[in-house]
Amino acid sequence: MNKKVCILDYGSGNVTSVKNALDRLQIENIVSNDPLAIDRSTHLILPGVGAFSSSMDKIEALLPIDKIREQVSMGKPFLGICVGLQVLAEYGHEFQQRRGLNFFPGSNVIVLPSTVSVPHVGWNSIKILQNHKILKGLQSEADFYFVHSYQVTDISPDYTVATCDYGVEFPAILVKDNLIGIQFHPEKSQRNGDLILRNYVEVFA
Amino acid sequence: MKKKRVIPVLLLKEGWLVQSKNFNEYKKLGNAQMAVQRLSDWDSDELIYLDISSTPTFTTNRSDTAAPEYADLADLLYEVSKVARMPVTIGGGIRSLSDIENRLKAGADKISINRGALADPSLISRASREFGSQCIVVSVDYLEAEGSRKLYVSDHEDFVGKHKDVTTWLLKIQDAGAGEVLLNSVTRDGNKCGYDIEYLDEASSLLEIPIIACGGAGNWDHLSEVLTKTAVDAVAAANIFHFQDQSVFLARKHLFSQGLPVRPPSINKDRV
Repeated sequence: MNKKVCILDYGSGNVTSVKNALDRLQIENIVSNDPLAIDRSTHLILPGVGAFSSSMDKIEALLPIDKIREQVSMGKPFLGICVGLQVLAEYGHEFQQRRGLNFFPGSNVIVLPSTVSVPHVGWNSIKILQNHKILKGLQSEADFYFVHSYQVTDISPDYTVATCDYGVEFPAILVKDNLIGIQFHPEKSQRNGDLILRNYVEVFA
Repeated sequence: MKKKRVIPVLLLKEGWLVQSKNFNEYKKLGNAQMAVQRLSDWDSDELIYLDISSTPTFTTNRSDTAAPEYADLADLLYEVSKVARMPVTIGGGIRSLSDIENRLKAGADKISINRGALADPSLISRASREFGSQCIVVSVDYLEAEGSRKLYVSDHEDFVGKHKDVTTWLLKIQDAGAGEVLLNSVTRDGNKCGYDIEYLDEASSLLEIPIIACGGAGNWDHLSEVLTKTAVDAVAAANIFHFQDQSVFLARKHLFSQGLPVRPPSINKDRV
């Protein structure tokens, strides 16, 4: 079956960057929130640039959440990037407490420790804790581009595939069945990011 | 390990890449999209473009330049972001949240505010609340005088009157929710004399948010000097990256070989 990615657009994700990356990789894609387009796609991506609560407000206003939940529960691969990962948590604590999409019950999104310069912006290496097919072809200590002030916490080690060290060791890649969350920006991480995006579409599921 | 960033800056004037000296002399260097393609092929850590156009529309109606033309900044960003494999920060002319949203939509990853923040500091807090502080870079231009650093704004002298001292302004923008500061010495702009180590050291130990140092790079050792002697998170330069083939690769190779914490130098092998 031909692969087709549906990129969800809630107004503050860097949708264009994700689309440009997929276009460069010649992965068929569409930017749409239309339930029909979501049905017809083989993979979903929720990009992210933004603060937790304003992102959740826009997600609830603009995305067909029930349709997305239905597709995810039926096994369609779903990738959340940066804030798109963070909103999969149960609660966010950026500016105010806000309930997330709760794909990881019990998890929280909290600010990075004050011992380091925040936001965490730039290239950092990841530490691989579980061998997983999303990492196929990557070398250890691979660098990726991060830009965030908050991190996910209270996540089961079962789901934590890779972490990153920045004053604290926080989850960089989470996988729960067909659901994957990535704290860095694969669409902006050159060769290593291209590998992850290709693996997501061709190998992950 | 977190790496220090090496960031090429592109100055854009009416859609063209230009070289600047002391913020008042400009020389056309070429087409913006081709420049971005090169910097992307050399695996730049990031890219900053600052738009300093004096008109909102760029079309010259000339057909003899053999270069693509862009109607306006959004049109240019849209085309340029297709070839940018690295994060892109856009600055210039940002006065409102919708200006920010439009640039993000056109393919920017972060935005840089300068005068818009001086005119209305609440723009920083409103923008960081809406888009997250990690998306908001505040660009600060200053002049060096003996023992002091003064804010520089090319016109609008009244702003300078309000926020004379650079350090006070830096603390204020940090409190307002800025995610990063692009700290640029106008005195050194285009002069190849090395960075303002003294002030970058002071500012980087004072601020909690990352500082991007800019102004004065004349050779790769100037970059090493900033990364060795100050706690800045990134080192940026414009002119030095536009006159040499594989400049960004060579810069990182130089820093990497000195044991500085930068990404190993690389080239996009699919294209080069």
